[in-house]
Amino acid sequence: MSEEKYIPKSKLAQWFDSRLPILSLAHHLQAYPTPKNLNYWWTFGGILTFCLITQIVTGLVLAMHYVAHVDHAFESIEHIMRNVNYGWLIRYVHANGASMFFLAVYIHIFRSLYYGSYKSPREVIWIIGLLIYILMMATAFMGYVLPWGQMSFWGATVITNLFTAIPFVGESITTWLWGGYAVDNPTLNRFYSLHYLLPFLIFGLVILHIWALHVPGNNNPIGIDVKKNSNETMPFHPYMVMKDIFALLLFITVFLWFVFFAPNVLGHPDNYIEANPLVTPSHIVPEWYLLPFYAILRAIPSKLGGVIFMFAAIFILMLLPWLDTSKVRSAIFRPIYKKLFWVLVFTVILLGYLGAKPPEGIYLILSRLGTAYYFIHFLILLPILGRYEKTDPLPMSISDPVLDKPGVLDKVKKAASQYEGENFGSFK
Amino acid sequence: MSNEIKSKRRNFLFTATYAIGAVGIGSAIWPLIDQMNPDSSVKALSTTEVDISSVEPGKTITVLWKGKPIFIKRRTNKEIEEASQVNLEDLKDPEKDSVRAKNPEWLVMVGVCTHLGCVPLSDKGEYGGWFCPCHGSHYDTSGRIRKGPAPKNLEIPKYEFVDGNTIKIG
Repeated sequence: MSEEKYIPKSKLAQWFDSRLPILSLAHHLQAYPTPKNLNYWWTFGGILTFCLITQIVTGLVLAMHYVAHVDHAFESIEHIMRNVNYGWLIRYVHANGASMFFLAVYIHIFRSLYYGSYKSPREVIWIIGLLIYILMMATAFMGYVLPWGQMSFWGATVITNLFTAIPFVGESITTWLWGGYAVDNPTLNRFYSLHYLLPFLIFGLVILHIWALHVPGNNNPIGIDVKKNSNETMPFHPYMVMKDIFALLLFITVFLWFVFFAPNVLGHPDNYIEANPLVTPSHIVPEWYLLPFYAILRAIPSKLGGVIFMFAAIFILMLLPWLDTSKVRSAIFRPIYKKLFWVLVFTVILLGYLGAKPPEGIYLILSRLGTAYYFIHFLILLPILGRYEKTDPLPMSISDPVLDKPGVLDKVKKAASQYEGENFGSFK
Repeated sequence: MSNEIKSKRRNFLFTATYAIGAVGIGSAIWPLIDQMNPDSSVKALSTTEVDISSVEPGKTITVLWKGKPIFIKRRTNKEIEEASQVNLEDLKDPEKDSVRAKNPEWLVMVGVCTHLGCVPLSDKGEYGGWFCPCHGSHYDTSGRIRKGPAPKNLEIPKYEFVDGNTIKIG
């Protein structure tokens, strides 16, 4: 927070701000200097905030009609869909909202991987972000259980049984999670309670995430430090706010396309069959956003091993700031890393595809290769690459890549001279 | 009192206070954790009696016990023979068939795959017993794991024959 101290204009505002500096905070958020070269991949933070608020608001309303009991849960969802005014709309926004939330968070995470946003001095922002991601997965998983369909029930059974793989105490932990000897009414009730709680924890972490971001400021596509309050930065409002709103509108267009034209395409038809503890559906799949991890779980031919590798695939990301030894942040200046990044994207998408396929034959072989590559990327390639990769020369400032192109500077000067007298100062 | 004795005394009091505080906080948190364990009404449902008089040889019935499916299979002579002739060295979780089925004609098992808890399908799989569709575990006619990711045989619950036609599970 490098700006000069803010002093409100009116006496009353000064009186209030010296007692609760909320006006100073508002001013900070408005004036917060952002690098002027941020591209559209940087708009997903705002989009994710929108997603979280949408989920909280629609969820709050759905909770007014939903009944968390094994005898009524499935019916109450149909009641919401058929009887409650606009219930169908609110539920479809909430259900598809979860998918949109994950779509946005994956883009946000891969943006960070491409431009090296996790590197010093932004490690804490990265780790808080991963904690948010883990809480998101827990929240989404428990939310998917609430409609009490076949996929809800058997998804809950398979995921909670992961804990039985823990030696010695696994069985007791699982019984404790269930509140019984199988997934049943006590399980549904506590999942509902936690599904309501976790979004508020996420909200708290989002505040910490943004707070931690505002200490060093944004990374940028060039990945070099910018001088704050110079002609390399612009105030967050109105410049980034406008850009964020435009991106958000495009995002909402995609979101509403799903809601209105394909509301069930991301779900599974078996979840419109009420839960039956005696019959397992022939093919259990988790929601799409969990599929890469599911593929890793099934790739390992041992129960405990599969669980360990699956959790390791997430927690390895926490160590990324230290595994990636390169001092250069942005992939733009790292020719080999740039290729490896796209190989990683391909591997994760491939694992997602394989997670939806039965674990046999070529699918199983590919899952194993994909899992191996995922870990090799983080544990072997990145540490070595930082030492041996010959990176391209970094520009002196974020303006150079634009202004260095032959003729560009002249054009800018010419354009600026036409606006003589107007406030177009920073280029001159 | 010298300063040294005073500071030792103070350190002792600090440590004792922390220790008592930790015990206090722990005992306040425990009820909040233990409330999630199975409650009395769930535990009270832990026995069930099943009438097996109408089960034909070769058929399996499934009943619910403590929220889990229980398979009760009346095995044919061929299936009993297959189960008892398996070499124990071929098994991942070695168990004799005679230990698993007190009365060889009746096999009583918890119908929950020991991998991740799906319900296996009867009379399926490469060993003529059960097959789990979720992650592909094969069980033989004694419910023992033969192939696939499951680590253990299908669990045998506590049960007894009340009379010729009734089994009490639990």
